[in-house]
Amino acid sequence: MKKIRIGSGAGYAGDRLEPALELIEKGNLDYICFEGLAERTIAIAQKAKKADGKKGYNELLLDRMRKVLPLAYRHKTKVITNMGAANPIEAMNEIAQLARALNLEGLTIAALTGDDISEHIHQYLESPILETGQSLDSIKDKIISANAYLGCDGIVEALSQGADIIITGRVADPSLFLAPMLYEFDWKQDDVEKRGVGTLIGHLLECAGQVTGGYFADPGKKEVPDLWNLGFPFVEVDEGGNGFISKLADAGGLVTPATCTEQLLYEIHDPEHYITPDCVADFSKVIFTQIEKNKVAFSGATSKLATDTFKVSVGYQNGFIGEGEISYGGSNCLNRALLAKSVVEKRLELMPFEISDLRLDLIGINSLLDQGLPSSEPKEVRLRVAGKLSTKQDAQRLANEVETLYTNGPAGGGGATKRVEEIISIASILVPKNDIVTNIHFQKIQA
Amino acid sequence: MKLWEIAHVRTGDKGNISNISLTVYDKKDFELIKEKVTAEKLKSWYGDQVKGDILRFELPQLGALNFVMFDALGGGVTSSTALDKHGKTLGAYLLEMPVF
Repeated sequence: MKKIRIGSGAGYAGDRLEPALELIEKGNLDYICFEGLAERTIAIAQKAKKADGKKGYNELLLDRMRKVLPLAYRHKTKVITNMGAANPIEAMNEIAQLARALNLEGLTIAALTGDDISEHIHQYLESPILETGQSLDSIKDKIISANAYLGCDGIVEALSQGADIIITGRVADPSLFLAPMLYEFDWKQDDVEKRGVGTLIGHLLECAGQVTGGYFADPGKKEVPDLWNLGFPFVEVDEGGNGFISKLADAGGLVTPATCTEQLLYEIHDPEHYITPDCVADFSKVIFTQIEKNKVAFSGATSKLATDTFKVSVGYQNGFIGEGEISYGGSNCLNRALLAKSVVEKRLELMPFEISDLRLDLIGINSLLDQGLPSSEPKEVRLRVAGKLSTKQDAQRLANEVETLYTNGPAGGGGATKRVEEIISIASILVPKNDIVTNIHFQKIQA
Repeated sequence: MKLWEIAHVRTGDKGNISNISLTVYDKKDFELIKEKVTAEKLKSWYGDQVKGDILRFELPQLGALNFVMFDALGGGVTSSTALDKHGKTLGAYLLEMPVF
């Protein structure tokens, strides 16, 4: 029975590169997928592209590919990544140039476009925003980007036309991994069970180290061997949809039913209805079995047919965040921090602008979850003030109100920092799949 | 006994929704967390942090509960003014919950 190996090369835009290189070198992979597009990453990339038409893809992509391409070429491993972000074509062109310089003859690089619907977004102004229920019209003047979460189809098509390296913009994370299975095994639209398994595999792999012991260790309770050298995962799956997930034997980390269960339930909400562009996956009956050390078999996944809409992430300008911090330590530090907090609070009340979502937190006490003040005196505490403002200048003024505590606040404040950042928020809408047209572009490296 | 003794968590986010899974180390403890760690219990445990409803999904074959907490992240990672905009640290607080 035909089987393939798919590795995970990155779980987010800035992820480590060494584990991916080791996986290509020693993992006997057929495919490796790099996931690197968080919700608003593409909106930020779209801004970069508008400023410079040659930019707008992941900033680390070329550095990654410089190391990945020769290895992948040698080991006949195909590469799929959504790190093309807002500019997959330019990313493809740059990678092709790199491949020519590296003499990777015969390599075919493809770019998938069509996810960017920002030019047509005015057609959807009456659509309700999924997060708030308001119509998209309410933010129409602030829109920066609009990208549909595409599914597998474009990648499968690129593979069938001989692509070795596939660069996409917004594609749903698990779809990057499901695509090679659909291509290699020819699983049909109505083969709901196998599509469910393929989506499960994609979901387990999409966060890379998060299934091999990353985001898992809890000393004394959940030990992870050699966490500093965490390996990335790969899956071996056959055309019947049976397989296992594992990591390289000499890499750090671990693969157990516990690491797999944590990743299975990560951000899926209702396990019976996990909506992706390719299917509505049902993970509610999934079972994990340890078949060898660091080797876990999976079964029980299935799915229902896909919906007829794509989710579209609309990025929009949402003002500025101003943020300032200052620390207090030693005797009576909590009371000095509380005094500092009340000083800033009063000063901000006098400001001639509106602040929304204002927070005045004590780091080490209540900044993560407010459970009241501690009964015993802490050894140090850090005041953090943050709020949303409509202009950069106002955000700067808020941040300054913390820094000025140096000379105007309680005794012994130190380590003040301030930061101002533009807020790019995301609103999601649903768009009929029929409205979206995808295209595939190719560059072949000739001798 | 605290939940930390018998179970582990992973926390994720989508928009303004926090998702916490709770998995027992030993499946014999599943009935205990199923009985003790209800959605209502989480609602009071997280207090003002979670402004919306909390749903609970049960996966007995994995010894796991999956909690979905709405309006829980001050607008979510792309607009919150919180230090931990993803709310990734929230799950560990659940393990402080006494179950006996």
